[in-house]
Amino acid sequence: MFNRVFAGPSSLMRTFVICVGCMMGGRVVGADQAVQFDRDILPILADKCYACHGPDASQRAAELRLDDAGDAVRDRGGYQVIVPGNPEDSELVRRIWAEPDEQMPPADYRKQLTARERRVLVAWIRQGAERPAHWAYMPPRRHPIPPISEGTAARNFIDAFVLAQLQERGIRANPPADRRTLLRRLSWDLIGLPPTDQELAHFLHNASADAYEMEVDRLLQSPHFGERMAVLWLDLVRYADTVGYHGDQNVSISPYRDYVIHAFNSNKPWDQFTVEQLAGDLLPEPSVETLVASGYNRLGMMSAEGGVQPEEYLAKYAADRVRNAGTVWLGSTLGCAECHDHKFDPFTTHDFYSFAAFFADIKEQGLYAGAHNTGKWGPSLDVPDPQLPALLASLDLELDALRTQLQRHSDESAERQEVAKRIEALEAQRKTLVAEHTRSTLITETVTPREMRVLPRGNWMDKSGEVVTPQIPQFLGRLQPSHRATRLDLARWIVSRDNPLTARVMVNRLWKLMFGRGLSKTLDDVGSQGEVPSHPELLDTLAVEFMDSGWDVKYMLKLIATSATYQQSSQPRPELEAVDPYNRLLARQSRYRLDAEFLRDNALSVSGLLVRVVGGRSVKPYQPPGLYEHLNFPKRVYEADVGADQYRRGVYTHWQRQFLHPALKAFDAPSREECTAQRPRSNTPLGALVLLNDPSYIEAARRFALRALSDAPREAASRADWMVRQAVGRPAEPEEIAILVDLAQAEMNDLSGRTADAQQLLAVGQAPAGAGDPVELAAWTAVARAIFNMHEFVTRN
Amino acid sequence: MDELQHFRMQALRRSFLGRSGVGVGLAALGTLLRGDGLAADGSQRPATEWPGAVRPLHFPPRCRRVIHLCMAGGPSHLETLDYKPKLRDMDGQPMPQSYTAGQQIAQLQGQRDRLKCLGPQHGFLRCGQSGQIISSLLPHIGSVADELCIINSMHTDQINHDPAHTLMNTGTSIPGRPSMGSWLLYGLGCETDDLPGYVVMTSVGGGQSQPIASRQWHSGFLPSRFQGVEFRSKGDPVLYVNSPAGVDMARQGRLVDAIRQLNHLSEVRLADPEIATRIAQYELAFKMQTSVPELMDISDEPQYILDMYGTRGADGSFAGNCLLARRLAERGVRFIQLYHRGWDHHGGIKKGAEVTARLVDQGTAALIKDLRMRGMLEDTLVIWGGEFGRTPMAQGSGRDHHIKGFSLWMAGGGIRGGFRYGATDELGYAAVENPVHVNDLHATMLYLFGIDHERLTYRFQGRDFRLTDVGGRPLRELLA
Repeated sequence: MFNRVFAGPSSLMRTFVICVGCMMGGRVVGADQAVQFDRDILPILADKCYACHGPDASQRAAELRLDDAGDAVRDRGGYQVIVPGNPEDSELVRRIWAEPDEQMPPADYRKQLTARERRVLVAWIRQGAERPAHWAYMPPRRHPIPPISEGTAARNFIDAFVLAQLQERGIRANPPADRRTLLRRLSWDLIGLPPTDQELAHFLHNASADAYEMEVDRLLQSPHFGERMAVLWLDLVRYADTVGYHGDQNVSISPYRDYVIHAFNSNKPWDQFTVEQLAGDLLPEPSVETLVASGYNRLGMMSAEGGVQPEEYLAKYAADRVRNAGTVWLGSTLGCAECHDHKFDPFTTHDFYSFAAFFADIKEQGLYAGAHNTGKWGPSLDVPDPQLPALLASLDLELDALRTQLQRHSDESAERQEVAKRIEALEAQRKTLVAEHTRSTLITETVTPREMRVLPRGNWMDKSGEVVTPQIPQFLGRLQPSHRATRLDLARWIVSRDNPLTARVMVNRLWKLMFGRGLSKTLDDVGSQGEVPSHPELLDTLAVEFMDSGWDVKYMLKLIATSATYQQSSQPRPELEAVDPYNRLLARQSRYRLDAEFLRDNALSVSGLLVRVVGGRSVKPYQPPGLYEHLNFPKRVYEADVGADQYRRGVYTHWQRQFLHPALKAFDAPSREECTAQRPRSNTPLGALVLLNDPSYIEAARRFALRALSDAPREAASRADWMVRQAVGRPAEPEEIAILVDLAQAEMNDLSGRTADAQQLLAVGQAPAGAGDPVELAAWTAVARAIFNMHEFVTRN
Repeated sequence: MDELQHFRMQALRRSFLGRSGVGVGLAALGTLLRGDGLAADGSQRPATEWPGAVRPLHFPPRCRRVIHLCMAGGPSHLETLDYKPKLRDMDGQPMPQSYTAGQQIAQLQGQRDRLKCLGPQHGFLRCGQSGQIISSLLPHIGSVADELCIINSMHTDQINHDPAHTLMNTGTSIPGRPSMGSWLLYGLGCETDDLPGYVVMTSVGGGQSQPIASRQWHSGFLPSRFQGVEFRSKGDPVLYVNSPAGVDMARQGRLVDAIRQLNHLSEVRLADPEIATRIAQYELAFKMQTSVPELMDISDEPQYILDMYGTRGADGSFAGNCLLARRLAERGVRFIQLYHRGWDHHGGIKKGAEVTARLVDQGTAALIKDLRMRGMLEDTLVIWGGEFGRTPMAQGSGRDHHIKGFSLWMAGGGIRGGFRYGATDELGYAAVENPVHVNDLHATMLYLFGIDHERLTYRFQGRDFRLTDVGGRPLRELLA
């Protein structure tokens, strides 16, 4: 309660107002230095005040909204909560310094203001309490490119923005990374695979000025680019091969994954990519491709559990879609408004259900009764693999010829019977081929929209809420089509210039892809609780550039890749540790562990086992037996794929939501029950156990050893050096060679009388052991295992 | 992590590295092994030790670890812990509409107008000095009645197994939030150097085995080092904990040592603090390769202990898992969760409940006695119960899922024994006296650990999340 008890400013107060120099975001802000609302004030208000004096009407106290500039300064019968320019007369200032019985936040509230925060609030009010709209809710605009001093390494406007901040603080950027490191980095970032020997050698010897740019272009053209991008996208849209709820049954939707890979490979304009996924079925002329894309709307979890109440699950599915689309495209936590108005951002419960109404036309069931037996999970489409026509071509030619022959032969002749038999066989073969290369995929089918109401406190049984129609969140504007707004209207608004959020959100994610951290680290929340970008002008300029380029993802990645900022060395510097421990200023590149899928790809690639086919059904790498023991309806036994499918990239791994493949899970691949914008990067003993003992890595290690025995120089030290070069792209240090050669020698000694042990190790996995001395091969397998467990092997640098 | 904490960590790390030099021996690592290189803010900064986010504790703690005996499938309170003579009188008669009108129903949805009462299928006995009334199906549990605090007024929001378990573990039915074991590890750190701090085991038998998703022990948005680790009775007890075929421990040890040396060279060359963490994780992984098989090998248990549990050993049975739970508790594991998937009795509940009860009764009671004998019951909280209860109405010869009222019990860990709390109405339909929501149960559990449930939070997507979501009240009435 802000009732007026206290009359004038105390002398104590004046002391604080006069107080200068307080720390903000790690730097000193003097009395005359401008307080920035976004950076300095909003985090305090949102975190400590909005819960009771914010957007949520149901929790609001004292009829005060501190998130509303007008309400905060209005006259409350002789006093104002905030008097711009005059902290002495501002009730807020008095209350944050008041005795416990009057203090704000209340003394028993678990979030208290720090002394620093109090001083910053005072400084803000004294400077006029200005409150520009939240950065992410204003349309992005191009900012003038900052001037930078001569002699710097700037290559494009990105560097100008980054160097300007560094120069302001007197910090120099790191020198460029060496070429080996640079090509590895680029290769990991753009295709998720390490460069081969030849690729590295080619780059090292290419003396032309644009050698690096040529590599960027080469990698962006690689068919593996789409696979790399899919890892990012599939996490966001929560792609999985099972339904997630209860029995977690399989569902066929892998053609959607192929669509994503192909879209990135063909550099489909990202706005079109968005529209096709949200509303590919509603386009004037839907194609097979856009229908497959519309599978996006069917990626949520579903249930076939007997006791399910359909209406409850329809409400769950609807809320899930709002959460997902809200995070993927708006970078917003709109999902928070399911039960109450958002506590920190201007999303209302009404907005939540109006947004859900866009998806009310999707044909679906709350309960997919019997689907655990029938496999029927709603509308689907059979899609032939792209290579099917080619596979059928010669077969069809032969069939045509045979059928012509058939007519030429007289009835019942021996020749005729022979030809007929042959036709029959080929037809059977054709049928098998078609079946093998046709996959069913879930798609969106539109029906008359079901009624959508606001569910009070999210309670699906409460029918008292108002009926809503499709609409975007109110503070972002209004759609005004002549008809009931559709998913297509939503999608088109999302990629329109009227929407301030989406381009920023996506550009921030692309930045994260290239630096391991977004310009704002909160990739899933650009709202008031998100992190204010380290370089807001750069983020905005990039967002506009993205839209102006026609939402050209490859262009944006090339822009980032060719900046000097990207090409810097990642070497940490002691003096940077102190001023910029999280590398927000970008005075160096970053280092981090590879994503789960790329760890697998790395080992397979180095071993030579990797099968580089792009697209196709989901595959099953080796997995410890019994992992699916807790699944039921139906009971399931995991059968690892045999042959080429065993050696495919991690992105194609069968994604069992309830029991994700443990080698992926140990390295933070998400279950994909919900949108994941940022995976954690853990470093745990469970991860170490995977790299040490998972049969996939053992098999890759022994095949790598086999390669070494056949391709590398015979002498032990040279062989060890060769293996290090193959695995981490640089010559081995003498000490490393010594360690590895010692290991090989000790293994040879130990195993010399124990050929059976060696043979057991060489029998792990399906790939043949190879000819030669099993003891020698097993010994060098240990060397390969050691290299696979090197920090450097799992790290993008 | 705030700046100050960050600097402290850096200082700690430097002094550690300075002291230990090249050869980081196993013994020297000690408690430094627990980090996973993730700071609380998700950045890559190495935290060499995780002391827990709650420091100091908000209240004096009464409890140090939890053993959650999860009776998965939804045990009928009416055949186990909630005695309803009136329901017996009404057996076969229509269920009064006043109870069920407008209420959620699961599989009985089509039969709203024809709902009939089903009397308790088994007798109840007064047990112990406290005279707790417990089903005759659970005689062993009855023998420790004076240790139990029975709550008869539980209620939940979710009527299907999967979301109801998710609520019971994470405080909400929306997937992706951390489970209670993860919250405890995050809040308190762990007390073991060579085992995970949160361990899960499962068993089946006695009813249809409803699926259990690994999300139930997942760390959600908390760093993944806080996730539960499943110990299995078949195959590798922990995934990938066994060396590959043909590699003995000596050779595996030599390999791990070579890896340590290689990584140490990189550490010197690259000045990357993350490498120190990785070296430590490999040491811990290798220690687990020994400590886990040692834990699972119960040959050092005397015969009378095996007899008390009624098990021959770690055979995947619930009783065997109870014995392993005690061994885990002794070794400092913070949160131990045993699922028995066998309580979903839609039909044939008379026989079904009897079979399932027999499979869990003796092991449960033996665990309580064993802990008591070792002086561990006082700081070990044992929770016994399911994700929901079952209807007083018949579903053929069984009962449907029920969320308005059900029962569970707690023991040890500062809980008042021989005590009964809350009640359902006379037909066992709705919790009417002192209703206890799942969030209240969590708040109480955290309170026993000295944690204010509103102050154990984690910032994710701009919001400070907590185990109790937006509810919860610690039930101080239940404390000893």
